[in-house]
Amino acid sequence: MSDLVVGQELITGKVTLTRFSLVRYAGASGDFNPIHYRDDVAASVGLPGVLAHGMLTMGLAVQPVIDWMGDRGELVEYGVRFTRPVVVDGNGGVTVTVTAKVGAIEDDITRIDLTVSANNQTVLGKSQVRVKLHP
Amino acid sequence: MNKELEGRVFPPTSPYLVGREKVREFSRAVFAQSPLNHDPEAARAAGYADVVAPPTFAVVIQEAGLALLLAAPDTGIDFSRIVHGEQKFTYTRQIVAGDELTAILTVTSIKSLGGNDMITAETAISDATGEHVVTATSVLVMRGTE
Repeated sequence: MSDLVVGQELITGKVTLTRFSLVRYAGASGDFNPIHYRDDVAASVGLPGVLAHGMLTMGLAVQPVIDWMGDRGELVEYGVRFTRPVVVDGNGGVTVTVTAKVGAIEDDITRIDLTVSANNQTVLGKSQVRVKLHP
Repeated sequence: MNKELEGRVFPPTSPYLVGREKVREFSRAVFAQSPLNHDPEAARAAGYADVVAPPTFAVVIQEAGLALLLAAPDTGIDFSRIVHGEQKFTYTRQIVAGDELTAILTVTSIKSLGGNDMITAETAISDATGEHVVTATSVLVMRGTE
């Protein structure tokens, strides 16, 4: 049986994204929009800088939960809102932090809420992972 | 945006064969370090046919569906004003290397909100046997011109 309680912190994670990370994700995903690797293009469309792909942020943010869960359960649903862009500095990159807490326990589904921050701001909203943990 | 898009179902995408090295490449790109994502032996020992793709890999298959939507001549979508607003995946199972996946995109909703248009596209992804694997739901926001 699950001994989790709502509000309990499960795990945290931290990833440093650099321009290399963005180019690598562009190649892996096929999303070659130049706002993710060219400062001049980002500036020309009014962005504050080169941005991480939203899907890269979403992809890395769930990993701590996957690692925590291991073979104890299965992923049922994962959803996010892209609320703020993640600006990736050309020199130092940016650190993205993830905190995963138990958001709700509904029958056999555990909802895990993620707080995902970069540059001292949360960057994803309503970031929720639903898992079915084995009894 | 063309309001009549709502409810439109696009034809199935060409089958996408999930390669082992693509799964490893994508796993590295999203910082997925589990042996299940990289090591076929570890994946088989855990009951999977081959390496397991990270949860957001379905976006690669969804993209083929979205390409059909964006290429349709009558949508009124201006790609240069599109922002990715929300994304969700609902899983029947995880994608593994060797899967041959087909996507069918349905436009489930078109809304106008504060000068922006919001389009919700649901992409149902199935394997070669026709069994559901994952549904990817995107909310795309088209910013107003003013």
